[in-house]
Amino acid sequence: MAMPSLELDSRYEEKPKLLLLQPINGPFKTALSQKFELVKADESPLPLPTFLSTHCLQIKALFILAPTVTVDSSLLDQLPSLGLVAAISAGVDHIHLDACRKRGVVVTNAGETFTPDVADFAVGLLVDVLRKVTMADRFVKNGLWMGKGDLPLGSRVSGKRVGIVGLGSIGSHVAKRLMAFGCPISYFSRAPKPNFPSYRYFSSVLDLACENDVLVLSCALTAETHNIINRDVMVALGKDGIIINVGRGALIDEPELVRCLKEGVIGGAGLDVFVNEPDVPKELFQMENVVLSDHRAVTTPESFKGVSELVIANLDAFFSGKPLLSPVSS
Amino acid sequence: MESLGVLLTYPQFPYLEQELLRRGCHLLRLYDSPKNDQFTFLHANASSIRAVIGDTHVGADAAMIDVLPDLEIVASFSVGLDKVDLVKCKERGIRVTNTPDVLTDDVADLAIGLAIAVLRKIPAADRFVRSSAWKKGGYPLTTKFSGKKVGILGLGRIGLAIAKQAEAFNCPISYNSRSEKPHPNYKYYPTPLDLASNCEVLVVSCALTNETRLIVNRAIIDALGPQGVLINIGRGPHVDEAELVSALVEGRLGGAGLDVFENEPNVPEEFFWLDNVVMTPHVGSDTVETSKAMADLVIANLEAHVMGRPLLTPVL
Repeated sequence: MAMPSLELDSRYEEKPKLLLLQPINGPFKTALSQKFELVKADESPLPLPTFLSTHCLQIKALFILAPTVTVDSSLLDQLPSLGLVAAISAGVDHIHLDACRKRGVVVTNAGETFTPDVADFAVGLLVDVLRKVTMADRFVKNGLWMGKGDLPLGSRVSGKRVGIVGLGSIGSHVAKRLMAFGCPISYFSRAPKPNFPSYRYFSSVLDLACENDVLVLSCALTAETHNIINRDVMVALGKDGIIINVGRGALIDEPELVRCLKEGVIGGAGLDVFVNEPDVPKELFQMENVVLSDHRAVTTPESFKGVSELVIANLDAFFSGKPLLSPVSS
Repeated sequence: MESLGVLLTYPQFPYLEQELLRRGCHLLRLYDSPKNDQFTFLHANASSIRAVIGDTHVGADAAMIDVLPDLEIVASFSVGLDKVDLVKCKERGIRVTNTPDVLTDDVADLAIGLAIAVLRKIPAADRFVRSSAWKKGGYPLTTKFSGKKVGILGLGRIGLAIAKQAEAFNCPISYNSRSEKPHPNYKYYPTPLDLASNCEVLVVSCALTNETRLIVNRAIIDALGPQGVLINIGRGPHVDEAELVSALVEGRLGGAGLDVFENEPNVPEEFFWLDNVVMTPHVGSDTVETSKAMADLVIANLEAHVMGRPLLTPVL
């Protein structure tokens, strides 16, 4: 009689464990649960340190759903087996990359999944501010077109000189779109980008601001870029200058931005991000020359589907020892 | 242009008036008279008026032309000529000019800006933030613009500019026009209905003529469907506005970005409450830079006419 195979049916193989510190619902949760055993710290009555020391000493992968958790040395020290932090976002300023690197922990992010949506949104905000689209919509919907008042003229988009702060994936996609609007492109980055010889490089944001009509902020938030847009930069940009921020709120000295807008030091702004979301400086609410949005540059179903597929693909690759798809270099 | 009698039909960009006055023109302002008294004004001044500067609000219709025996030229502060009675002008030998090209980019920029504003609900986001609603919760997802199939009704100067910009967003481009154009990258559809059935964002950018009046009717709107978006930077009468209202209110059309309306400045009140409708008050070319360029072109045409030189942008 032949012996039955002792190989376990793959259905009974243990799924790799994935730690979550934040609630998750819906189709993404279902998709993750099919491949991974979800270890949900947020559902445990135990205080987090106790939960981690009881259940997570063997945990190899952590999934961060939102920047409400900071992955710092103290958290990493409680996860001695950790090899991967998978982030759902493009920005990873809430993940201490050096601390991860020191411990041999790799970080993955949203890669280029969000890029088209963020680039579209940056362009949308730019056209909106210059051509007063939201202001016009407000004007018409408040019944003002029937009255005596006129909407002030907008400013032509075509030909405006656009300076991009951070010519990464998002910045270069913004550049491609704005070139089609006839906008000459220049940029500031840590180093010149040889792939984009037709865009003029500036080695300082101040110089970039002097020579442009619009600044688009699309760089990562790091210690170096914190408050990179300060009063000097705004003065250099000038009274007709526009700032579009789809990066992080803290790229701009926010109180100074409010002052510069109030005083007419710059001409206007399109802001998708703020220092302390969802708190937004109330003075901005009185201004007609700003367009405000609720950090929605990435919130499309297409982006969400793309990033959930990417997170799963990164986790699969990690657990099978294959190259990660969207690792972040520190 | 000394002492050229010019009738302005509607308040214009101050620069235009200043430049006309600087050149010694005698300006007559139709809009200074109440609407029901305007013919009295025209009759009283008929012998002075040799030129009319009209625009998208008030042009030069047959009734006006009939009471102006000395009218030589209509220089429209617009590219669209639906408010100028071209047949009458031709009969009378009146020259007509418009302002093409200088405003092409602005109108195209607005078309793309409206498309992104509608799909990503930018004005709604702004309202959401200003009302402090963001503190209480999130706003639903909004749909991606990049890669959407863009259909253009009318592949003229403006339509082509829109196509070129939308291409930078990786949008596949298709169009309907009176005839197929030599643009192999853009797919031609022989009828507006075919076009609407095969695109996700439909942009109206053709001239308003008897053939294109109500070109966007119920069938077109239904073909676009609950995910489809209509962008109108043409003329209000291109669209059956009542059908548009009911389609948007009932959710049979995904959204609309509208710069023009059937009966400006009146707009359907139902639109006031819809986050998926973005409206601008006919500002397609309303930038400082373009208004100046249009004014310069109007003046250059008038000057050329007075000096007996070829007109720069004649239509007739």
